[in-house]
Amino acid sequence: MNAITLSNITKTYNRKTVLAVDDVSFEVGKGEIFGLIGPDGAGKSTLFRLLTTLLIADKGTATVAGHDVVKDFKEIRGLVGYMPGRFSLYQDLTVEENLNFFATVFNTTIKENYELIKDIYVQLEPFKNRRAGKLSGGMKQKLALCCALVHKPEVLFLDEPTTGVDVVSRKEFWEMLHRLKLLGITILVSTSYMDEATRCDRIGLILGGRLLSINTPEDTIKAYPEKLYAAKSDGIYALLKDLRSFEGILSCYAFGEFLHVSLKCAEQEALSYIQSKGHTHVEFKQITPTVEDCFIRLLNQKNEGNGHKDE
Amino acid sequence: MKQLFTFVKKEFYHVFRDWKTLLMLFGLPVIQIVVFGFALTNEIKKANIVVVDNAKDLASQQIIDKMEGSKFFSLQKTLMSSSQIDAAFKEGTIKLAVVFPVNFNTDLLHLNKASIQVIADASDPNTAITLTSYVSSIVGDYQAQLVPTSAIPFTIQPEVRMLYNPDLKGAPNFVPGVMAMVLLLVCVMMTSVSIVREKELGTMEILLVSPVKPLMVIIAKAIPYLFLSLINLCAILILSVYALDLPIKGSLLLLFGESALLIITALSLGLLVSTVTSSQQSAMFTSMLGLMLPTMLLSGYMFPIENMPIVLQLISNIVPARWYYIIVKAVMLKGLGFSAIWKETLILAGMAVFFLALALRNFKIRLE
Amino acid sequence: MKETVIKTNKLTKRFGDFVAVDEISFEVHRGEIFGFLGANGAGKTTAMRMLCGLSIPTSGEANVAGFDVFRETEEIKKNIGYMSQKFSLYEDLTVLENIEFYAGIYGLTDKEIKDKSDELISKLGLRNEAKKLVGSLPLGWKQKLSFSVAIVHQPKIVFLDEPTGGVDPSMRRQFWDLIYDAADKGITIFVTTHYLDEAEYCNRVSIMVDGRIDALDTPAGLRKQFGVGTMDEVFYKLARQAKRSAD
Repeated sequence: MNAITLSNITKTYNRKTVLAVDDVSFEVGKGEIFGLIGPDGAGKSTLFRLLTTLLIADKGTATVAGHDVVKDFKEIRGLVGYMPGRFSLYQDLTVEENLNFFATVFNTTIKENYELIKDIYVQLEPFKNRRAGKLSGGMKQKLALCCALVHKPEVLFLDEPTTGVDVVSRKEFWEMLHRLKLLGITILVSTSYMDEATRCDRIGLILGGRLLSINTPEDTIKAYPEKLYAAKSDGIYALLKDLRSFEGILSCYAFGEFLHVSLKCAEQEALSYIQSKGHTHVEFKQITPTVEDCFIRLLNQKNEGNGHKDE
Repeated sequence: MKQLFTFVKKEFYHVFRDWKTLLMLFGLPVIQIVVFGFALTNEIKKANIVVVDNAKDLASQQIIDKMEGSKFFSLQKTLMSSSQIDAAFKEGTIKLAVVFPVNFNTDLLHLNKASIQVIADASDPNTAITLTSYVSSIVGDYQAQLVPTSAIPFTIQPEVRMLYNPDLKGAPNFVPGVMAMVLLLVCVMMTSVSIVREKELGTMEILLVSPVKPLMVIIAKAIPYLFLSLINLCAILILSVYALDLPIKGSLLLLFGESALLIITALSLGLLVSTVTSSQQSAMFTSMLGLMLPTMLLSGYMFPIENMPIVLQLISNIVPARWYYIIVKAVMLKGLGFSAIWKETLILAGMAVFFLALALRNFKIRLE
Repeated sequence: MKETVIKTNKLTKRFGDFVAVDEISFEVHRGEIFGFLGANGAGKTTAMRMLCGLSIPTSGEANVAGFDVFRETEEIKKNIGYMSQKFSLYEDLTVLENIEFYAGIYGLTDKEIKDKSDELISKLGLRNEAKKLVGSLPLGWKQKLSFSVAIVHQPKIVFLDEPTGGVDPSMRRQFWDLIYDAADKGITIFVTTHYLDEAEYCNRVSIMVDGRIDALDTPAGLRKQFGVGTMDEVFYKLARQAKRSAD
C-alpha cells in the first residue's frame, strides 16, 4: 500500500487568481524517501499543507496512510509528523520544554519513543536548558525534527528542513533521515539544495506548481538527452562570456570550478573555438550530469516555452 | 487533562519570560490610577472664599466652623458689602462668597426654612460648580446633624452629583473606568497577540496537525490571562482603597464575579481578533483601536452617555465596558446587590456567549 | 600592485566570556570576489557586522575602504553596499520607487537617479515590471534587484549575506552573472553562502571555524591543501573539527 497518493491535485489562492499547484499526481511507497525538489514559490509548501490536512484542494483527491485528507483529517493528524518550512519552535522555551510540550500535544512522552529520537536527542542534551532562540541553525533543525518525531509518526513531512543550514549539519540531518527510513517511516521532504536530491529514493522536480519529472535520481540523470561537458581555463569568466557568444552552444553556465556546456556542434569544433579565443590551460571533458543540470535544463526549456512567467 | 496542564504551563512560561510585557501589564493600571487619581482630579483645594456672616448666631457659626475644617477652602471672614464682594471677584482674589442673612438661626428654627446666599465666579464654571456643590454639601451635612434633635423636614437638596460622593472626590468616577479598560485591554490584546504569534512562528501549523482539540488551545490560552487579570483587578482595588481612600461598599464576591464575566467577554473578543488578523502588529492595532477608544469614549466614564448624540448613544449599547461601568459603580460605590444590576449582568453575559460562539465558529481547523 | 580594500589585523569581538570572532587577519583586494564561509555559528555574521561598521570590535584593527572600523564607521557606511538574504527592498513600493529611494538616500542627484533607474531596469529586463510592486515579483528577481540596488551608489565594496538562499539553480547563476559584472567594474564582492559550489566562483575563499579563519586560499589551492576533490569536502573536513555547535 502506498503511504501517500495524490491524484490530479489542483490548488489556487486569492479567488483562483494564483495557481499554486497544478494537476499534480504521484505516489510515495511505504518507507520511501521522496524528495520534492524546486525553488521557492514552486508550490512545495502548498503540497505539504494539502497533505497535512491544513488546506483543501480545489480539485483532485489525496490520501495519507490510507486516509482521505479531507474526510479523515482527524485520523491523519494523529499519524503524521510535520515540520513546516517556517517552523521555528518556541524561542522563549528551552530545548527540553519545547520537546516536552510537543510530546504532550501528541499524547505521549519523550520516554515512550526515546529509541526513535535517541540519536538526535543525545546531541541536543548538552543544551537542554538553553532557550531554543539561542540555538544555532543546525541545532534548531534537529530540535524541530525531534519534535516532529516524538510521537512516532507513520509519515513524516519535512518542508525545507535544511534551508539556511550549513553543509555539516545538512549531512548529519540526512544521515538521520536514512536511519528513520530503516524504521519504516515514510518521508516526504522538500529542498532547494539540488545536491540533496541524490539522497532521496525518488525525486519530483517541481516548478510553477507543476511536477516536471518523477524518477529515481539515477534515472533522472540518465534521462538527460544531450552530452554534457565541463570546461575550464585560467580566465573562467572570460571563457563563459566567449562560449555564450559561440553559435555552436546549446547552453553554458557556471558549475563549481567548471562551466557546464552542452553543444549543438561537434566537440572538436568547440575546442578549436575556445583555443582561437586565446584561453590558456584549457580543460574540456565529457561528464555525467547531476540532478542540478537536469533541473537547469528543465528550467531553461520552461522559460523558453512561455517566457518569463510569474509563479 | 495532562495535555491542558502542560499547555497552560507553557503559556505561563511565555508570559513570565517576556518581562517587558508583564511590566506593561501591571504598570498600566498603576499608572492610570495614579495619573487619574492625583493629577487629573477635578477637586479643588484651598480655594479662597469669603464668608460674610451677618447673622453671627449659633447656626451660622457652626456652619462656618465646618467650612473652616474643610481642606477645600481657605476662609476669609469679613463683613463686606455686595459691591465690595463684586470688586473682589473682579480682582480675582476670591473664588466664592457665602453670605449668611441676619436672623439665620431664628429663621431656621421657627420657619423651618432659611437661605444662604452663595455667589460664585461663573467665568470658571467648573470651579464654580464644584465649589458651590461643596458648600451645599457642607450645609446639607449640617442639616443632617439637626435631624435627630428636631426632626424637621429639609428644604435644601444637595447636588445630585454629590449624592454618592460625600467625600467630594473625583476618584469614584474613573476607578470603575480604569478597571474596565485594563481588563479589556489586557485580555483582548494579550490573547489575540499570543495566538497570532503562534501563527507567525509556524507553531500553529503543528498544533493544527496534531490531535489537540481547538477548544483546548483556546482554553489553555485563556487561563493565564484570566488569572493575570484577576491579579490585576486586585491590584487596582487595593490601590483605590488604600491610596485613593475609596471604600468598596458592596459585596467583593459580586464584584469579582462580575469582573470575571467581563474578562470572559474580553477573552472571547481577543480570540475573535486573532481569527481575523495574521500578524502580531495588526492584532495589537485592532485591539487598541477596536477596544481602547470605544471603552474610553463610549462607556460613560469620560463623557456622560446622556449628553451624546443619539447615534453614539445607540452605539454605546454594544460596548461591553458601558455595562460593566454601571455594574461596578452600583456594587462598589453604591453598595447595591445583584437585584439592582441583573439586567446589566444579563446583557454582559449575552455578549460573552455571543462573542465566544462567534470566535469558536471562526476558529479555523485549517489554514486560510 | 593590487589595491587593498579590506585589511584586518587580529580583529576580535567578545560577548562576555564568549569570543565570537577570534583574532582574524586577512586582506581583500579591489575587484576581488571574496567568499566568506563558515558553519552556522562560526562567527561570520559578527565579523561581517564589524566590517560594515554596525558593531564595534573588542580589539584588533580593521580598515574598510580606507576607513577605520573603530572611528570612521559613518564613512564606511557611505562607501559600502549591503544586501542580506532577507532582502532590504520595500515590498509595498514599486520596482522604480525602490531604486529611486535607495539612490536618493545615497545622495545621488535627480538626473543621476533617473539615468541609473533607466539603466538598471533595462539591464535586469524589468521594463514591464517597473511599475509593479516588488512584493509581486518572484524571489529570484527580487534578489537580483536587491543586489543592483545595493550597488546603485557605486560602492567600493559590497557585502552579500547569503544572497541566493532558496533561489532556483538557473536564477542563482543569473545572480552570479551580476556579481561577475560588478567585480569586472572594480567593485569588491564580499559574500557568504551555504551553496559550496558557489564558493568555486570566488577568487579566494576563507573558512571560519569557531571564530577563527582556519583556511584562506583560492578554491583550487584549498582543494589541493586538503587533498580533496570538491569544496564540499574541504568545508566538511574543517567544520567537523568545530567545538562549538551553537551561536
